[in-house]
Parts: sequence; C-alpha cells; structure tokens
Amino acid sequence: MGLSASLFAAKFGITERDLEGYLSEALSAGGDYADLYFEYLSTSSIGIDEGIVKSANESVTLGVGIRVIAGERTGYAYSDDLSPEKIRKAARVAALIAHGPASIVKTGFTQALKHNLYPMVTSPHEASLAERVDLVKRADAAARAYDHRVFQVIANYADSVREVLMASSDGRLSFDRQPMARMGVAALARETDGVPQQGYSGGGGRVRLDFFLNEKTPEHFAKDAARQAIVQLSAVDAPAGESVVVLGPGWPGILLHEAVGHGLEADFNRKGVSAFSGRIGQQVASPLCTVIDDGTIAQFGGGSRRGSLNVDDEGVPTQKNVLIENGVLRGYLQDTLSARLLKSASTGSGRRESYQHIPMPRMTNTYMLAGQSDPEDIIRSVSKGVYCATFGGGQVDITSGNFVFQATESYLIENGKLTRPVKGATLIGNGPEALKYVSMVGHDLKLDEGVGTCGKEGQSVPVGVGIPTVKIDKMTVGGTAA
Amino acid sequence: MSENLQEMAIAASRRAMELGATGAECTISEGEEFSVNIRMREVENLKQAGSRGAGIRVLVGNLTGSSRTSDLTAQGIETMVRGALDLARITTPDPHAGLPDPSDLGRFSIDLKLYDDSVAGIETEWKIGQATRAEEVALAADPRITNSEGASFDSYLGSRVFANSLGFTGEYRTSSCGLSVVPVAKQDGSMERDYWSSSARQVSRVESPEEVGRRAAERALRRLNPRKVPTQKVPVIFESRTARNLLGDLFDAVDGGAIYRHASFLAGKLGEKIASETLTIIDDATMPGLFGSSPFDDEGVTSRRTVVIERGVLKSYLLNAYTARKLGLKTTGNASRGLAGAAGVGPGNFYVEAGSRSELDLIAGVRQGFYVTELIGASANTVTGDYSSGAAGLWIENGELAYPVSEITIAGNLKQMLMNVEQIASNLEFRSSIASPALLIGEMTISGQ
Repeated sequence: MGLSASLFAAKFGITERDLEGYLSEALSAGGDYADLYFEYLSTSSIGIDEGIVKSANESVTLGVGIRVIAGERTGYAYSDDLSPEKIRKAARVAALIAHGPASIVKTGFTQALKHNLYPMVTSPHEASLAERVDLVKRADAAARAYDHRVFQVIANYADSVREVLMASSDGRLSFDRQPMARMGVAALARETDGVPQQGYSGGGGRVRLDFFLNEKTPEHFAKDAARQAIVQLSAVDAPAGESVVVLGPGWPGILLHEAVGHGLEADFNRKGVSAFSGRIGQQVASPLCTVIDDGTIAQFGGGSRRGSLNVDDEGVPTQKNVLIENGVLRGYLQDTLSARLLKSASTGSGRRESYQHIPMPRMTNTYMLAGQSDPEDIIRSVSKGVYCATFGGGQVDITSGNFVFQATESYLIENGKLTRPVKGATLIGNGPEALKYVSMVGHDLKLDEGVGTCGKEGQSVPVGVGIPTVKIDKMTVGGTAA
Repeated sequence: MSENLQEMAIAASRRAMELGATGAECTISEGEEFSVNIRMREVENLKQAGSRGAGIRVLVGNLTGSSRTSDLTAQGIETMVRGALDLARITTPDPHAGLPDPSDLGRFSIDLKLYDDSVAGIETEWKIGQATRAEEVALAADPRITNSEGASFDSYLGSRVFANSLGFTGEYRTSSCGLSVVPVAKQDGSMERDYWSSSARQVSRVESPEEVGRRAAERALRRLNPRKVPTQKVPVIFESRTARNLLGDLFDAVDGGAIYRHASFLAGKLGEKIASETLTIIDDATMPGLFGSSPFDDEGVTSRRTVVIERGVLKSYLLNAYTARKLGLKTTGNASRGLAGAAGVGPGNFYVEAGSRSELDLIAGVRQGFYVTELIGASANTVTGDYSSGAAGLWIENGELAYPVSEITIAGNLKQMLMNVEQIASNLEFRSSIASPALLIGEMTISGQ
C-alpha cells in the first residue's frame, strides 16, 4: 500500500512531501533523527451487569506524535489537530531539544518490509452492534446457568482498530492497521447467606469476530469464570513461607514477563539499573529454560496473538528474540534509541501507548519453550507444594530484581496429588535467581488466552505470555497458614 | 476559549435532546502537559503538548449510550452525539438509569484554589534546573549512590467543563506541578532504588530539590543489603506512603458499585463497628488546594465532606447518583469518570484522621515487627477482604529500625486488619487524593524464609 491509499491521505490529505516538510521542521535546530507517528484509533465497548446491558461506549481519538533525538536527548510533542500549521508547531516544540544548525532529512521514503499477521477484511469493530451485544448476553446467561450459586455476573466486550502511519528522517515509512478485540467475564458465587467469592476469565487478540463465535466463545469464558468462583467457595488459607511451586500452563507465564522480561528491556540495561545489567552470557536460569519474546505469532485463521504486531511503534518489523537460551542470558529487547546508543540493532521492540507517548523497549509475546516432562509426572514428583493454575497480575522492581505475581486459582499438592483449593496469594521471588530453581519443564506449552496488558512508566500496551507446566523447587508463597 | 467550551458542551447536550434523547450530559476537557526528565545530569526527555477531548452520555428513557472524541469540530461533535444515540438503542432498559436528582446539582461556593497562575508562569529552564538539582543532591548524598534512573519536573494546566440537559453548566481550571527523583544505590552485590516526589497545585508548595533529593537518597541507601526474615506473625507499621496504598484498597470496599453488587466485604455493614475505635476516615472534596478537591463531581453534584468511618463505625458508603439509587440512599457527590461512559465512584480527599503520637513513638512501642516502606503488587480481594502483598522495608527490633528486609510478603484479611489498627501516627500529609498517617496493625503474617 502506498501513502495515497492510507486513511491519512484520504481523510487528511497528507502527502510524502508533507511528511518530509514536517521532519525538516523537526530537525530545524539539528538532531540525529526525527520521526512522526500518526494515529487514528476507534474503539467500542459493551458491558452487561445484573443481566442488563448497562453500557455501550465508543470513541475516536487521533493525533500525531513528533520526536527529535539528539544524542541521548529526546524532544517530544504531539497534536490532536492534524492541520499543517498545528503539526509544524508541534515539530518546532520537539525541535527545542537540539541546539544547532538544521540536520538534513533524507528525501524519498522506503517502505519497511512487514508481516501480514492480521489480514482480516472486516475487523470485529466493523461488525454490527447487534452481533457484538449478543456476546455479552450469552456470557451472562452461561455464567448464571453454570451453577445456581452464581449470583452476579459482569461481562464486557471491547474492540478497536488503530490506523498508524510512521515516517522517519532516515527515510523509513510504514503503515499498519491494527485490530484488537477482547472479552472478559467476572462472576460472583456464594452458598446461601455465605461469603461471596469471585472468578474471572477473558481473552481475545487481533482476531475476527468469528473467533468469539467458533474458537473461544462467550460460554467458554463465562463457564471458566463461574467455575473459578465456585472453586474458591471451598478454598482454605494459602500457606505462608517457602514452598515447591508448580505453575500450570498458559497465563502463569506472567512469571517470565515479570521475573526476566522487564529486566531485559534495553533502556534499563543501557542505564545500568537492571538486576540483569551486564549479565549477557551468564547463567541466569536452569538449563531447562529457554525464553523467547516473539511479536510475530499468528493464531486462528487470519488473526494474531494479542501481543503480536506487523511493525512495532517505530515502524520496525517485529521479530522472534531469544532472551534466555538453555538458562544463559542471550539478549536484550531494543528500540531504535537503545540500539543506536548500544551500537546494536532494533529488535522490533519499540512500543508506545499512543501518539501522546514516547516509545520505549517493551515485550510482545513472552514464553518459555516446552520441555520433556509429562505434566502429571511433574505434579506426582511433589510431596508438598502449591499448584498455581491461574494468576491475576504481577509487578517487578527491576533494580533489586524482586518480582511478584498474584495466584488467583491454586491448589495444595500433597503426596503427588492436587488436593484442596487455596485462597489467592501473592508469590515473590528474585528475577536473576528464581528460574535457577526450575527443575522440571513440561511438554505442554500453552499461550495465554489474550488478556494481558503491561504497564511501564505510565504506558499500557497489550502483551501475551505463555509457559508449559513448570516445577520451581523454591519460591515464597504469601499466604497466612502456618 | 473557555466560554466556547461551555457553549460547546451545552450545544452538544441540546443537540442530543433534539435527536431524541430524554437526558444528556457532556464533558469537555483541555489540558497542557509539560515534562522534563534529567538523567545523570543531562536532559533525557523533554515533552510538551496540549490536547482536548469531549464526551457525551445520553439517555433515551431507561437506555443509555455514550461516546467520546478528540475531534472538536462541529462535524466531530455531531458524529459523537449520533454515535451515543445509536449505541443507546442496543442497550437494555435499566430502571435505575438517569441523571442525578436536580436538587443535588450545584457547586461548592468557596474558591477551592485548584488553579494557580504560578504554574503557568514557570520557565522551561527553571524546571530543568529543579530536576537537575534534585538529582545532583541525591547523587552527592553518599558515595554508594552511583547511578540514577533520573529526576523529573512535570506540570499540567487543565480545564474541565460539564453541562447536562437539566440546565447545569460548570467549569473549573486546575494546575499542578511536581518534582521527583529515583536514585540507585549500590554496595557489594546489592543494588536498590527508591524515590521521593512532591507535587502541588502551586509552585511554592512543591518541596525544594534539596529536600526531594535528600529524602530519595536516604530511602535508597537504607534498603541496601536487605535480609529475608523467617516466616512469622508480627506487628506491622505501614509508613505514610504504604498506608495510603492500603487506604486505596479500603476505598474500593466502600465504593457503592461494589456494595450494590455484594462484591465488598463491607456490604450490609452500615452502622456496624468494622474497625478499631482509633480509626476515623473522611472523604472531603472541599479542602482548598488539594488534589482530591473539586467544586462539583463528574455528574454536576455539589462536592461535600462525608464521614465514612467514625471511631470504628461504618457511617457511609461513597456513592454517585446511580449507586445511590440502587441502594435507596442519596449520592455523596463522588461521581467520577473520564470524558464519557457511566460515572464510576472516585475519592475526593479520602484520608485517615491523624493520631496524636509521632511515627517514632509508634516504632518505639514495637519489640519485634516490620516497618513497610514499599508494597509490590499489593492485592486486596475486595469481595473477601483477603490481603497479600510483596513488601520491602525495615525490621523493627526493640523499638528501633534495625536492618532492611526485602523479598517477603505480608498477608492478612482487611476485616481483621481494620479491627487491629492499634495506633495512628500524627504525620498526615496530603500528597495525593488518598492520604494516611503511619498505621500500626497489631498482627500480620510475614512470609519469608
């Protein structure tokens, strides 16, 4: 596709000459590099609560972000008005970071090669409202039908299409049209007059609407949320202290995101503030662990994972990056700025929340490769421990390396068997140490269902995680039971 | 400009009514943000921009729809209004949907000092100087501070306009600015960071770079070479910063939305003793110059002061018009939303009333205990009250802060934790819309070695 076929040409009359002009304005006081990020984002969301479709929202936001880099300094400005005067004004504000004679912008653009991970003709956002509202109604009905103890259900469905145009002073031009859809169900259950418990399930991706009709239906998420709430009704207090921990496959991969992923983002390492700084080539995990960050994973006929992108938010094609290979730290996640300063190449990891934000190195889909063990053998090998099936969120202090994640559905393992469910608890470990205790890795790698959103320095981006069943010989479980 | 935004909001509501709405409410905001980051004495990022946005929520009988746009042209607004009306038609009737009762609409009449010209007047060079100085002070504080994640100075000027079809129109301007720094301390194999920040609605109330740099450095240094203590049950003191986090969890439990869904452990407890007698918690959106203040809430309801917990007794939930109607109560003026959508419930200045003893006194009264300076991934289950969080801080031995502790968790249940609030310190400071002095909780479970 050429610029003339893009939404930005059609709706706002933007030409390649205009882009060169804005970039020249941005470099009018010097600087090594400038880029433009045009964004047009349409979203819609529908919610059901108490069996009533109480909310239906939509939004349109558009704007352009302009960045000028001079050495390690970044100047940034944005405008939500795409008139030439306002864009030029923003370019001059971004240019304030540099002090010198104007730098030259390369004439003529080359379109970056990119993947075609979500070639859908119609995104869910363009489907009829009636079809989409049906999804939350079905979820509500299915969660209530699962068990008579379910008494409250909230189901939400949200989708969006983000059109982006990126142009840089070194002549890179990229476009992308990025669809996204997701649904989530929360259920509350209680015994007659008992204490309520909750369950949550959700998923999606850069998928067509038929993903929710054929692949992961509203009933699938609803039953899972209701099941979790029911399980919690008989949960006992979680243990307190160090324990053997077995992570189930899928979303528990958030362990990798927190324990190693953030610590390997190049900005932290360039600055020497990560617990992983300067440790490339060192053993930071058990030899059973190989951890990948891959922004190119497709799924379900004509769609991709939630964390996948054709190009990152700097216009660089995403790729598959090996972070840890057989326990040895291999590489960092680079954006163009870190790559330039570390004399390395971008790994397609430059991401941002919107045109109002400066890009930085981020994860896409982070997962551990499958191992050899039978998941059942892994559980059988534990005489006393905790099995974590589902998690809430997680967080990391990248400098000390300490990370946490919240187990929301877990079970005691007693003599090689899952016995009683336990209440939610936070687990804590130290990034460069925790994975050294991985002693078994299952052959059942599973990616999560598409619910992850990662926050860093106030910016949220969609991500994916995945992990096979994994046994960790030592981790601290934050329960209350002696 | 502002006149125009008010007129635009009134016109959008009126247009929705012309097109068949039976009620409408429109919010418009505009703002200018500035931030500069300094790292290792050099400017790292400098960001400056302004943006605007509008949102509308319409009622068609008991149906509601809403829509938001950053395109404030006449055509953009028309598309927004029509979009909201189309969306309303796919919802199902909700007998409790509606605008607030007209008699609740209004504004707090005293000047709340939410905007100060001083913020608009500061020069970029001065802001860069403040951040540079704060980092310099932190780096110079001790030879073990060899690195920094940077210092920043941010400022924001904004304006918020709200109009509804009941004839309410209101507007207020806000300003804020703040300074923060994140030094990194290193010794032997241990590396730790911490931060200090200070922000205010007027420039003169922001702490000096010397103060911000010094406190950040102190905090990072005292975390070096932490130990992991054994698993045990001990008294826990939440310092002011972490107590605020705990209070945020409590806010979620008195939010009317959680109450009417029975999704809070405090549902049905109005009038009951739910906490220690030492504890009084207030929500007050009418305190001049603070971040949780505003003349009216996001539905146009007059701001006020509400006693939430009085000497341990639950006196009030916090409500917007919808949750109040669901519970057969009156709104407390706590409606909160972005630009569009049904309003949620948000805090005014939600705070724990200060006690009379100093924080040092609290520490002095503990033989063995944990002083929490950082919560990581704090997770309270609002439904059950179960609480479990990663934590770092200092171990208390014989009434003194003895050594740093990290990679542990603290756990309990908010129901018991509230009953076990034994002491409240006097150090109440309003650094954000949620504020608390240090709190001593009689017993929690520490998970460590």
